Amino acid sequence: MTTLDSSKEIKKNDSEASEHHEDFRMFGLITFLIADGMTFAGFFAAYLTYKAVNPLPDGAIYELELPIPTLNTILLLVSSATFHKAGKALLKKKNSDTQKWLLVTALLGITFLICQLFEYFNLPFGLTDNLFASTFYALTGFHGLHVTLGTLMILIISWQTRPKEGRITNQNMFSLEAVELYWHFVDGIWVILFIILYLL
Amino acid sequence: MTISIDPQDSNPKSLQPKGWLRYFSFSLDHKVIGIQYLVCGFLFYLIGGTLASAIRIELASPMSDFMPRDVYNQVLTLHGTIMIFLWIVPVVNGAFGNYLIPFYVGARDMAFPRLNAVAFWLIPPSGLMLVASYFVEGAAQAGWTAYPPLSITTPQSGQIIWIMSVLLLGGSSIFGGINFIATIIKLRRPGLKLMQLPMYCWAMLGTSLLVVLSTPVLAGTLILLSFDIVAHTGFFNPVLGGNVVVYQHLFWFYSHPAVYIMVLPAFGLVSEILPVHSRKPLFGYTTMVFSIMGIVVLGLVVWAHHMFTSGTPPWMRLFFTIATAFIAVPTGIKFFNWVATLWGGKISINSAMLFSCGFIINFVFGGITGVALAQVPFDIHVHDTYFVVAHFHYIVYGGTVFIIFSSIYHWFPKVTGKLMSEKLGILHFAITFIGFNLCFAPQHWLGLNGMPRRVAEYDPQFQFVNQISSLGALLMAISTIPFLVNIFLSIKNGKDSGDNPWNALTPEWLTSSPPPVENWEGEAPLVEEPYGYGKPISQEN
Repeated sequence: MTTLDSSKEIKKNDSEASEHHEDFRMFGLITFLIADGMTFAGFFAAYLTYKAVNPLPDGAIYELELPIPTLNTILLLVSSATFHKAGKALLKKKNSDTQKWLLVTALLGITFLICQLFEYFNLPFGLTDNLFASTFYALTGFHGLHVTLGTLMILIISWQTRPKEGRITNQNMFSLEAVELYWHFVDGIWVILFIILYLL
Repeated sequence: MTISIDPQDSNPKSLQPKGWLRYFSFSLDHKVIGIQYLVCGFLFYLIGGTLASAIRIELASPMSDFMPRDVYNQVLTLHGTIMIFLWIVPVVNGAFGNYLIPFYVGARDMAFPRLNAVAFWLIPPSGLMLVASYFVEGAAQAGWTAYPPLSITTPQSGQIIWIMSVLLLGGSSIFGGINFIATIIKLRRPGLKLMQLPMYCWAMLGTSLLVVLSTPVLAGTLILLSFDIVAHTGFFNPVLGGNVVVYQHLFWFYSHPAVYIMVLPAFGLVSEILPVHSRKPLFGYTTMVFSIMGIVVLGLVVWAHHMFTSGTPPWMRLFFTIATAFIAVPTGIKFFNWVATLWGGKISINSAMLFSCGFIINFVFGGITGVALAQVPFDIHVHDTYFVVAHFHYIVYGGTVFIIFSSIYHWFPKVTGKLMSEKLGILHFAITFIGFNLCFAPQHWLGLNGMPRRVAEYDPQFQFVNQISSLGALLMAISTIPFLVNIFLSIKNGKDSGDNPWNALTPEWLTSSPPPVENWEGEAPLVEEPYGYGKPISQEN
């Protein structure tokens, strides 16, 4: 049980080592994100089918307003850009800049969540009111869970990028790249969600 | 710190138990994890088999006298769920996949060993949870399909435990799938081309793609279903304006591919076993690869053929009938390739070969009834009757379980370095084959004559045929005995097999049996022709 991952194999030819290994960790993450995306695809498919087939019952309320979700879309898009900035700064070995950009990203994520909660409390319908209300909360809630996890991960890696003792450096930035990819993914899902739930 | 485990720092060797204890540990060795999957799966197979026996005892008489009706529903639900999610899927993917794939790609382990161990250790707790739900307030009663509104209205604690358990098993399956894809695509030894891989790699690649694409949809669906039960939302509850057909679509989007998740790896395994024991190259390697990938693509777009009686509109019926009929083409190609592999070969009649041939016979029968079921007029006649039960068991028992046994006979020397007793193996095959066909062939007749499935009572006119079927089930139960005796005797005092008892050319046989922890003493061998039998190379062995 010594050699349990390919680390030993990779050690043999050190030149390609880290690159090769990093590569397939990223590959695994992408596969996972495809799987995760399929969960959302299932939810979207259910929502669109309900829209097409099930009429809204008499007296049921299902109305959404645009301002908050539009703000949220902007927040997430900006946060994707700030995360990208963080990665760029790390490549230039400016760890303190990276940390700042990551904190800005996390802050944008938290603001998104607060806005989402604000929207929840001001909507004229609750979780069990009708089919569309339930689907709305399930979809946005599942996405919100992703944002929450992403924000926590960003806070963790921003701690890990602290100058000097931090374990993430420009030599070892897989965790940063992984969280970045995840964050862009969550962002992309939000754009689709925004179009399907609010605009259609 | 680019590398996740540094052998020099953490020295995992000293932390891992040795000997038999390692099978109870959080081992990262793919070979140990493979055996863990296999043994754990087999224990659940025994539980599921006991439940199946209970079902057949109940059905030996037309009245529900052996157990109350609601217990019967729980038993059939647990039987289906255990057999599918805890026996067939983990064993045919997890057990053989983990054991063989790293050998086949020339690696020392899977791409993500820790994820691999996590994927296995999710299984025992969720399985025990599922079995234990019977003792809480009764297990789930809605069948393995958990169709609402039945699953929402029956006692809820059992159903919630069922959902939790299936979610965990789905997670385990997805982790496994990610690992297999990464291992096959990224971890091949230098110089090994994709089209030189043994067929089981292709089968596992296709299966893992299906797992990754479809299992998450089931997870999402079950989360919505649990909301319906716990939070009283109305996704699938018609009383609250919900739509039950949406559940069926989402469920079958996973569960039809799940049939291929159960049977594609078996296709791969049989393609490994037949060439070895008939000393001939696998016939039509390239067509085999394309038909596997064809099944993967088509398998994702045929799900609604399970729903022809759910008010599907005519265009949908037409589309899904045609798509389903198309699947018969790649499947037929594979069938003829296997037969052509056997044709003119130097066939050795041993237990592994017998079970593989049994697979071919049963599978073609199940395949033909499958094409019949895809036709709307016929399907409407036999929907939810014993015809469907018979068809399904011909595929998953007559197909996959036969291959699981065949593979155990074939790779037992690899794992233990001992040979299994052929006499007991052939006895096992004979009882299983006769028992299986006696049990399920008559059910086609029952279904055509209108006996509904999943009901504890039936019209007395069906009693005689049901008793024949129950007799077959008894034989199947008995067939486990020679198998278990064989396993224990062979482990204890089986004959030494040597490193390569079958003179096979696939890479797992080119190392010692049992293999060392690192799989190979030196570099992994480059096997460019895994099926090069009947050529001068094979005589060197």
